[in-house]
Amino acid sequence: MFANSKLTAFVQRWLVFAIFVLVWQWAATATNNVVFPTPLAIIGRVQQLWLNGPPSRLFLGSGINTDVLPSVGRLAGGWAIASVIGIVLGIALGLVPVLADYASAVLAFMRAVPPVMLVPVFLVLFHIGTPMQLATIVFGSIWPVLLNSVDGARSVDPIKVDTARAYRIGRVRWIVSVVLPAASPKIFAGLRINLAFALILMVVSELVGSADGVGYQITNAEGTFDYRTMWAGIALVSVLGFVLNRLLVAVENRALAWHHSTRLLEG
Amino acid sequence: MLDVIEFSHTYGTGTKAHLAIDEVSFRVDAGEIVCVVGPSGCGKTTLLKSVAGLHRIDSGELRLRGKQIRGVPGDLAVVFQDYSRSLFPWLNVASNVEFPLRGTSLSRAQRRERAAEALAWVGLADVARKHPWQLSGGMQQRVAIARALAYRPALMLMDEPFASVDAQTRAELEDLVLRVRTEQDMTILLVTHDIDESVYLGDRVLVLSESPTTVVDTLKVDLPRERDQILTRASTEFVRLRSEVARQLRH
Amino acid sequence: MRKSVRGIVGLLIFLCLWQLASQLKLIDPTFVPGPLQVAGRVGQLFGQAEFRVDFVATVLAWLIATLAATAIAVPLGLLLGSLPLLRNATSAVVDLLRPIPSVTLIPLVLTAFGDGAQIKIILATFASIWPILFNVIYGLREVDPLFVDTARAFRTSRLRTALAVRLPYVTPFALTGIRMSAAISLVVIVSTEFLSNSGIGFGSFVVINGEQSGDIPMVFGGVVVAGILGAAVNSMLQGVQNRWFSWVGKAA
Repeated sequence: MFANSKLTAFVQRWLVFAIFVLVWQWAATATNNVVFPTPLAIIGRVQQLWLNGPPSRLFLGSGINTDVLPSVGRLAGGWAIASVIGIVLGIALGLVPVLADYASAVLAFMRAVPPVMLVPVFLVLFHIGTPMQLATIVFGSIWPVLLNSVDGARSVDPIKVDTARAYRIGRVRWIVSVVLPAASPKIFAGLRINLAFALILMVVSELVGSADGVGYQITNAEGTFDYRTMWAGIALVSVLGFVLNRLLVAVENRALAWHHSTRLLEG
Repeated sequence: MLDVIEFSHTYGTGTKAHLAIDEVSFRVDAGEIVCVVGPSGCGKTTLLKSVAGLHRIDSGELRLRGKQIRGVPGDLAVVFQDYSRSLFPWLNVASNVEFPLRGTSLSRAQRRERAAEALAWVGLADVARKHPWQLSGGMQQRVAIARALAYRPALMLMDEPFASVDAQTRAELEDLVLRVRTEQDMTILLVTHDIDESVYLGDRVLVLSESPTTVVDTLKVDLPRERDQILTRASTEFVRLRSEVARQLRH
Repeated sequence: MRKSVRGIVGLLIFLCLWQLASQLKLIDPTFVPGPLQVAGRVGQLFGQAEFRVDFVATVLAWLIATLAATAIAVPLGLLLGSLPLLRNATSAVVDLLRPIPSVTLIPLVLTAFGDGAQIKIILATFASIWPILFNVIYGLREVDPLFVDTARAFRTSRLRTALAVRLPYVTPFALTGIRMSAAISLVVIVSTEFLSNSGIGFGSFVVINGEQSGDIPMVFGGVVVAGILGAAVNSMLQGVQNRWFSWVGKAA
């Protein structure tokens, strides 16, 4: 019964998506504007660019190496760095609320800066290339996970605090074995948001500061009025975001199985 | 075992200062179960937490085995009322019981063995790999007790441990406490609001007053060591004692 | 010391350290100017009428985008939140649309709709719908069933339950979403101005007069203004939330 409803949900979702694509196809064919190619045309271009390899390599062509891999690499690297710094700093601030108070105004300001505006500054500091992009991604996407980590560390159940103290659990073990797991639901929520930000920033930083990657492809295509390639790039970004998010959710479900079950019982 | 000498506790400072506990003194001897009863808000939990070293002691002296209590003593274990929040949901039962032992000098194998032993003793050997939220309330509190036992303390503190379980389970757990004292040779200080429970479990019952709290009376429970939920509670001596406690509380 | 005072003290300490580092040439002043220099620049900027006009244009565009996002996302969120079937059915489309960075759509929208304030408002609205939408849906799910059951026990009509129980409960979640969306739409608007050379708006001003002429202190000044604006708005909305919705136990 349970498996049945999961299957129906899956089918429904992708059915709606299919309808969406069909409507889009019809509308694009009808308006026949070169700026808005049909989904079929876009898929065709995607296949041309990236999926033209042999079946043994899952059809992935050489285009993947110049366009997709560098981007994904920067994205993963930037996201990982931002996450680690965000979690460590966030927990540290969360455990010493006084410090967090002192930092609050500075952090609030930094958080509100549009990362795009810092791109010229980073360009000057790091010049075109990967370090500049990493700097942009890290600076722009660190905030959600940082703030959520602070929140998570601050809101550890006082009864757990008492229990740990009563059993004389040392500082380091307290942080690693109690605070971190207790804060992990909030941390994961922050990680999902900062993945979304990192993706956006990767594309943005490539628009100006790179010679390869998806963002570069998109700008390049736009400059040469190659709209199909541009849309193919956009579609790629969309799929990338979707897949990465699903991956993170899968990891989260595994790591937070205890939390979901407890919530279910309470609810 | 435990000496509490003229212990006082004040909340707040200056004009908002409120004397919660006023020079409470008592003793707990080795192998005893002492039950502390009192009206709500009389600071029973504050008293217990101060003995546990979780509150700073401003006025008076608390000594465990002769040594003054400064910070949390190493030979003491606490069982809290809210078991579901005291156990760690991300660990399974065995890991929960084993957790406080990780900081000690025991090897991994030794820790596991002690945890298994404690779980078996409270009758939960078969749920070792389950998680706390998969167990009933009574079982969770038993895990908490197993955790305290595995720690091998000299003194066990229990803060209204059975207030959140149903009457049936409470009876089982009360008998478990009696077994802990006898078979594990444990000294227990138990705080409760349940008069019947205090007389059933205690060798002595400490009755506290309302805030500012003082010791109203200390009753010696002259019931045989072997207690039974039905027979003991029906005995004349039990009835007399509980009425006495109830009377003292109404002061 | 109260939290806000501590925050200001922290900020002052940070500024002093920054100034010190700049004067001791620990950081190259051509790349990263000191705070006094930046403050001077910002003062200069506000002295120019053209900048002021651009600044107001940006703030207006941002207000419109945020209001539009709220107007679309709140009813949509309430609808999707109340009909789990619909929500699930549209989830694939939503999950595929959401990751698309609005900046990549800039050239597209420019070509399709031409230059003008509409684009950045459209893009900002698109980008900032999501936080409100998800927060409203989440909030509806979190309504304590006990409240609903109590209402039903008193035989309250469906509509009244929706208005008197669910709506107040959802509002703090919606407000958090609006706060996030305000931040996002400001960033998108300034970013769009920055990247599209439209000539209108604060971001545009900074690009033309700052970045393109290599005037880094000007860019920094722009960054500071944007940051202060965003932080001020956020803290104002946070204040509103705290004042009117402090009764929320499990805060959003």
